[in-house]
Amino acid sequence: MEPLTTAPMDLRVAVGSLQLANPVMTASGTFGYAAEFSNFVDLDRLGALVVKGISLKPRPGNPPPRIVETACGMLNAIGLENVGLDCFIIKKMPFLRACKSRVIVNILGDTLEEYATLARELSAVAGVDGIEINISCPNVKKGGVAFGTVPEMAAAVTHAVKNVTHLPVIVKLSPNVTDIVAMARAVEASGADAVSLINTLIGMAIDIYKRQPKLANIIGGLSGPAIKPVALRMVWQVASAVSIPVIGIGGIGTAEDAIEFLLAGATAVQIGTANFYNPRATEQILTGIEEYLHQQKESSVRAIIGALGSGRET
Amino acid sequence: MSEYQKNSVVQAKERLTDSLFRLTLSAPHIAASAQPGQFVMAACGPTLDPLLRRPLSIHQTSKDGNIQLLFKVIGRGTQLLSDLRPGNTLDLIGPLGQGFQAPQETPVCLVGGGIGIAPLFFLAQTLLRGSFAVDSGLVLLGARTGEEIEQLAAEFNELGFLVEAATDDGSFGHHGLVTDLLPSSLPKMKGVYACGPFAMMAAVAGLCRNTKVPCAVSLEASMACGLGACLGCAIHGAGGGYKHVCKHGPVFDAEEIAWNR
Repeated sequence: MEPLTTAPMDLRVAVGSLQLANPVMTASGTFGYAAEFSNFVDLDRLGALVVKGISLKPRPGNPPPRIVETACGMLNAIGLENVGLDCFIIKKMPFLRACKSRVIVNILGDTLEEYATLARELSAVAGVDGIEINISCPNVKKGGVAFGTVPEMAAAVTHAVKNVTHLPVIVKLSPNVTDIVAMARAVEASGADAVSLINTLIGMAIDIYKRQPKLANIIGGLSGPAIKPVALRMVWQVASAVSIPVIGIGGIGTAEDAIEFLLAGATAVQIGTANFYNPRATEQILTGIEEYLHQQKESSVRAIIGALGSGRET
Repeated sequence: MSEYQKNSVVQAKERLTDSLFRLTLSAPHIAASAQPGQFVMAACGPTLDPLLRRPLSIHQTSKDGNIQLLFKVIGRGTQLLSDLRPGNTLDLIGPLGQGFQAPQETPVCLVGGGIGIAPLFFLAQTLLRGSFAVDSGLVLLGARTGEEIEQLAAEFNELGFLVEAATDDGSFGHHGLVTDLLPSSLPKMKGVYACGPFAMMAAVAGLCRNTKVPCAVSLEASMACGLGACLGCAIHGAGGGYKHVCKHGPVFDAEEIAWNR
C-alpha cells in the first residue's frame, strides 16, 4: 500500500501578538531551563519554552521532602527555588536564545515593584519573547498567594507589568479560588494578552505511621493526570467568558488530552508533570495533534480551537 | 553528557530474598556510558498509577550491553518492577547523575548497608578494570539479616575482595552495625566509599572526618524526573542551601552534606 501523502499541517497559533509555530508549550517549573531536556526533545520544534519561574534574587526553596507521589499525580512544595534574574540572564539565556522555539519567562515576586522590575529588565534581554506572570504559586507564604486569589490584586500586578513591557504578557491563574472566571476577567481588563490555567491545586498527604505530613511544607500543589478534569472545566469556563487567548494546563500527558483542551477553547496548551515521567511528552503530543488533524481532515489546528458542541449529540 | 531513554528487554530476574530482586536488562547505550554510582529512572509500567519513575542505581554493567538493577520492594512501584519477567520490556532513562570518582591512592574501603550495596558492586568491578590491586580494597557489608547479603558477599569475594559483614540479628558476620567494622581498618585507608541508610552514611562520614580520610557517599531522595527539572530531590548542603541528588549527586563528598539536619 502506498503511504498516504499528507499536506503540511498548519499548526500556527497566536497568543496575543506572540506567533507560535504550534500550540505545544512547556509548563513553567517542569522543564527546567530547557537544556535539561536537550537529550530527549528537539528544542527547536515546540511552540514555546516556558522556563522555571524567576525572581529578582535567587531563592533556595523549601526544605525536603518536597515531593510526594499521589494517585495519578504528585504533590510538590519546591518553594520557587530558582537561580535569580541575573544568573538567569547570564547563564541560562544563551542556551535558550539559540533554541528556535519561542522563549517565555515566568516571573514571580513578593511586591508589585518586584514584578515590574523583573518585567522591565527581561524586556531588554534578547531572545525573551514573552512574559508569564506567576501570581498563583501556593507554596510561598508571603505575597504570591494574595496576588493570585484577589481579583483586584491580580489586576494590579498585570497592570504593573504591562506598564513596563512591550512583550506579550500571559497571566497564570490559580485554581484555588472561588471564581476563576472573575480572576480571568480582572486581568483581561488590566491588559493581559492571555491567561494560562491552571496552576496546581493545593493538597496534602499524610504518613499514617509517622502521623506526619509527607511534605515538610505540610501542603503542596497537586499536578498530573489527576487534575485534568478540573483543569479542563476551568479552561472551558474561562474561554467562554473572556476574549483573550486561553492557554490550557493541567494533567496533559497525551495528544488526546491536549486536543480536549483545544476543543474546550484553549488556543495553546502547556505540558507540565508529564515531562517528569515522559521527557519526550511534548514532541509526542505535537505529533499526535498533527495526526488527529489529518485524520479529522482539518487543514489547520485553529479549526478545532473552541470547536466544542453545545451538548451531547445523540 | 549522553542520556538515553530506551526500552530495555529483561534478560533475567533473580530473587535474592522475599523482597530483594535483581534484573538483568539489555541496555547497550546505558551500559556503554554508565559510570559506577550513576542511576537510571525506571518506568513502573504503562499506566498512570503509579505515575513517576523510580530512581535505581546501576548494580553492574557487562561488555555485552547488559546492565543489572538490584532493588528492594518497598511499595507499589518496586512491586511492579519485581513482577517483570524475562522478555518483558522496561522503559529506562539513563545513565544519570554524578558517579564515584576513581581513588587517587589505595587502599580504599567500600561500605554498603542494605540496598545501598547495589552501586558498590559496579564500583568494585570498575576498580578492578584499572590498575587497582584487589588486595588494596576492603568491602564491608551490613544488613538486617544474613540472607540479604550472603550472596552479595560471595560475589564481592569472587571478584577477589576481602569482605567483612555485619547483621542486626547476628545471623551472618558481626552481630551489630557495619560501622562497627570500620574503625579498625580506617587508619590505613586512603578513601572510603559508602552507600546505605542515611544514619549509616552519617556515621561513616563522622569516622572519616575524625581520621581525615576522604569519604564519598551515594545518597537517595524522592525525585520526579532525575534530570534536574523538578527540583524535588533537594537535600541540606553543609554550607547551607540545598543540593540536588539527581544532578549534583547522587555521589557527594561527605563534607558537602549537612549530616545533622
